[in-house]
Amino acid sequence: MADQGALAARPGRRRSWSWLGLIPFFLFAILFIGLPISYLVLGSFQGLDGNPTLQNYAELSSPTITNAFATSIEVSLVTAIVGGFFGFLLAYAVILGGLPKVLRDALMTFSGVASNFAGVPLALAFIFTLGQLGVLTLWLRGLGINLYASDFTIYSKLGLEVVYLYFQFPLMVLIIAPAIDGLRPEWREAAENMGASSWEYWQRVALPILAPTLIGTMILLFGNAFGAQATAYQLTSGQIPLVPLLIGNQISGDVLHNPGLGYAMAMGMVIIMAGSIAVYTVLQRRAERWRR
Amino acid sequence: MRRRRGRVAWWLVFLIGVLYFVLPLYATFVFSLKAKPAFSAYADALSDPLFAQSLGYSMVVGIVTIFASLALIVPTAYWVQLRVPRARSLVEFVTLLPFVIPAVVLVFGLIRVYSRPPLPFTHTDLGSTFLLVAGYVVLSLPYMYRAVDAGLRAIDIRSLTEAAQSMGAGWITIILRIILPNLRVALLSGAFLTLAIVVGEFTIASFLARPAFGPYLNLLSGYEVYQPAAVALISFGLTWLAMIAIAVIGRGTRVRVQIGGAR
Repeated sequence: MADQGALAARPGRRRSWSWLGLIPFFLFAILFIGLPISYLVLGSFQGLDGNPTLQNYAELSSPTITNAFATSIEVSLVTAIVGGFFGFLLAYAVILGGLPKVLRDALMTFSGVASNFAGVPLALAFIFTLGQLGVLTLWLRGLGINLYASDFTIYSKLGLEVVYLYFQFPLMVLIIAPAIDGLRPEWREAAENMGASSWEYWQRVALPILAPTLIGTMILLFGNAFGAQATAYQLTSGQIPLVPLLIGNQISGDVLHNPGLGYAMAMGMVIIMAGSIAVYTVLQRRAERWRR
Repeated sequence: MRRRRGRVAWWLVFLIGVLYFVLPLYATFVFSLKAKPAFSAYADALSDPLFAQSLGYSMVVGIVTIFASLALIVPTAYWVQLRVPRARSLVEFVTLLPFVIPAVVLVFGLIRVYSRPPLPFTHTDLGSTFLLVAGYVVLSLPYMYRAVDAGLRAIDIRSLTEAAQSMGAGWITIILRIILPNLRVALLSGAFLTLAIVVGEFTIASFLARPAFGPYLNLLSGYEVYQPAAVALISFGLTWLAMIAIAVIGRGTRVRVQIGGAR
């Protein structure tokens, strides 16, 4: 009887002690994520005089800042959609397009490299390719095509989008490949047996199954581009107003002349990232249904 | 007939993709060769003492980051799985926070909190480097935790732990001699991904004014013409090496760690 009491009491006591094992992890998280972010949150609700206010969030509607958000969102959206679409085509080509299997392995490994090859060296590589004296620019000029006769420069918004695609494509390839693998050949055969055309199969079977993953991954790509700072900094040295660049300027010197406004802007960035990750998670869960 | 035409179209898609991926690298290479005599851009880059110093600094920071990250994550993931499964979703949530907090926002907060009393870390080199490592450990949380967690699920840690305990092993022995060796693939993959990301990282390093490889390349591009092309290619080569290492280590297993995210 006494033994049983001890046994019954044990799990409870053990559980409460067990939480202590997680202290290092949570302490680290509090010190290096919690504290810095709380600082920004609190600061964003503080006016120049130090009193609590919502003024900073109201000032986010000033032209400089709305412009930065609009540009950032546009660049992220365009590269997410274009990168997502072509990344999907590329992954589909090597998985179900009848290409040799070697190409698939090569593409997957390369995608691992390219999706992590971002920042300063990536921006430089594109400057050497499509900059005013870039190798490709000069070749094309030799062929009679002068890129820089039009409005194009690699330092423009369009140029930035071309550069961002270099890490957007491969990320799409990596994430969408398992979903394409999950398209069972039986589904296609069943559809064809019932007289469906290729188009009908896509419209009625494949796309509805892939849609949550496709859209979800594009949202992930959106966040991926939205949070990137180094590539844009190296490429444009701040010429294009993007939110991460504006925040960067705010870190180095209070360019907005209002610390609180800088914090509010950082919060705006976190909120947009959080929103996109939340939607991604929901869609991912929905996509899981077809996985087994 | 229709199938064949389809295949031609897929080849076309593939070739366009290859062209887009290869052109910038090839152009960078061609550009780097414009320095006369041939390959002098590489010779100059490699003989620049700052090159070795910054690359060395970033490598050391990367290695410290890997060990710090593992020391934090392995015991935590192990403990969550074995003793406090109820904490799993909370721990997972924390490890995914870096997806929501961009590096530029993280370093913003870190600098504001740790640049004044009572915690004036940024006033000393060592303090700033410490903050840099802390920032990188945060960046590594999502994929490191996933890798370790997946690795732990693949082995029966409860039986292993009980067997070790019945033979008198303590917690430290269990983690170092039983759990870690069984997680080899996951740990090494995570480690190489961390290295690939940390060595070229720019945002956090530059705001903390660290003499790291990313900021070095950025500075170099301001005053040299061909050398940066050489260094950019070397940097790409390093990423390549890390990814090949991951592919080789992970061959034949289901652990897939590849995605670090953009910068």
